Amino acid sequence: MSDAGPPLPLLEVDGISVRFGAVQALERVSLEIVRGEIAAIIGPNGAGKTTLLNVISGFYHPYEGAIRFAGVDRTHLKPYDVATLGIARTFQNVALFKGMSVLDNIMTGRLLKMHGSFLLEALYWGPARRQELEHREFVEHIIDFLEIQAIRKTPAGRLPYGLQKRVELARALAAQPTLLLLDEPMAGMNVEEKEDMCRFILGVNDEFGTTIALIEHDMSVVMDISGHVVALDYGRKIADGTPDQVRSDQAVIDAYLGVAHA
Amino acid sequence: MLSLLHAVFVAPFLDMAGSPTFLAEVLIGGIAAGLMYSLVALGFVLIFKASGVFNFAQGVMVLFAALTLVGLIEKGLPVAVALLATVAVMVALAFGIERVVLRPLVNQPPIILFMATIGLNFFLEGFGEMIWGANVKKLDVGIPDESFKMAGILLNKLELTAAGTAAVLVAVLAVFFQRTRIGRALRAVADDHEAALSIGIPLKTIWVVVWSVAGLVAIVAGIMWGAKSGVQFSLSLIALKALPVLILGGFESVPGAIVGGLIIGVGEKLGEVYWGPLVGGAIENWFAYVLALAFLLIRPQGLFGEKIIERV
Repeated sequence: MSDAGPPLPLLEVDGISVRFGAVQALERVSLEIVRGEIAAIIGPNGAGKTTLLNVISGFYHPYEGAIRFAGVDRTHLKPYDVATLGIARTFQNVALFKGMSVLDNIMTGRLLKMHGSFLLEALYWGPARRQELEHREFVEHIIDFLEIQAIRKTPAGRLPYGLQKRVELARALAAQPTLLLLDEPMAGMNVEEKEDMCRFILGVNDEFGTTIALIEHDMSVVMDISGHVVALDYGRKIADGTPDQVRSDQAVIDAYLGVAHA
Repeated sequence: MLSLLHAVFVAPFLDMAGSPTFLAEVLIGGIAAGLMYSLVALGFVLIFKASGVFNFAQGVMVLFAALTLVGLIEKGLPVAVALLATVAVMVALAFGIERVVLRPLVNQPPIILFMATIGLNFFLEGFGEMIWGANVKKLDVGIPDESFKMAGILLNKLELTAAGTAAVLVAVLAVFFQRTRIGRALRAVADDHEAALSIGIPLKTIWVVVWSVAGLVAIVAGIMWGAKSGVQFSLSLIALKALPVLILGGFESVPGAIVGGLIIGVGEKLGEVYWGPLVGGAIENWFAYVLALAFLLIRPQGLFGEKIIERV
């Protein structure tokens, strides 16, 4: 992907709305994520944060509005196509392949970067093996980067929660995404694990130049790592700006302190 | 009472010790039969692993593959050409199944997919007979069904070839699942559909691949069984023998299907020959099911199945 022309936002979400039956999960939400930034999406429970992430990664489709990635409309793409565009994600409730080893989990994330005919691969053992080794190298680099060497052969399902989150991040990174979506990467972690995760997220942004959009509840974490914060409440966007702007926004304070909605 | 205990627990072993060459023949016969059961069970395991679907139609796929092969040979095609054409038919079948059966039912509960495979079972059975007829056919693959002696043990060429083929196939599949990109994708899809989608695994392609591979395994199983006992409707019933193999080995385990098949093959032959006379024979017919029942009580996930862990 070339960076020619004016600096377009990497991702443009333009007035999207999603409804589940009678519940209006998202209502005309618009936001822009600029290449290279770490953007945080905040908001109380049920604000529509995960729904927004699911729309961006193609699991849900909005009934109005559009999503453009690198200037190209991709509103109605399926998860598989979204992944091929270079968008990777993690899940709120950790969706690892529990029966597979950590290494295999991460290698699976590499799948889209591996080539060769699906049926012929089984027959041509030589090239397939060479390709396997090349990709192993990259995956080992990620394993070093996220400091999970010690658990590479462990089945993912046996790991403690904090480590599972880290392995899921590794699997998403293996795809070398342009945009990385993290759904509550620090939920359920202790202080030490949170600090590690913050360090890794900043490191990924720094070393791989990956644009990151993350959902997080912990305001202090958000303020530490992101330069751009979007606040949602009841499916609507209530604030968008730098951490300081959003923190002092009256609507955000009300949403978090639970002022009654008239 | 004492004589009964003697007859059950002592006499059979004395018989075995008394004639080791005969024992070896029984064991080899059992292993050969067991590998054939493994082959059929493998078809089930492949599909179950990759899509969580218990494919009721696997037995009929074996019959259908064998019928197609024999039918094409009878039409005058050379064996090699007929074999390639059969492979093409089974791959086309996989594409068809994905398109017509699986794709419309995506995200439905497993029981719905299971019911769909029962429908598939009846369709393939009727379709196969409509095209190729319902007569018993002889399948000649050029390996004589004759016996020879080695080290005093009577061996059968056809059984040995079948066992060798099954062993090679199993080894290739094990490597395929553990070491290749597609194998890993197959395991990933089996583990978590949503996560697999999010990292860009194309579910449709995976299904076509896995049903094609199951189709190829069905061809091999169909050839081996067909050459032994003729191509006829009862071929589809060997699927019933594969069921206890799966319970023993675990529904998701390739090695489990092999070991399970061997245990059942050897077990039923030994039971028939040495303990059969005590109860008037026919142990071979029910041994596998009784063993499977016992396993369900003791180790429901099978020998190699993934342990069922639940968070409480």
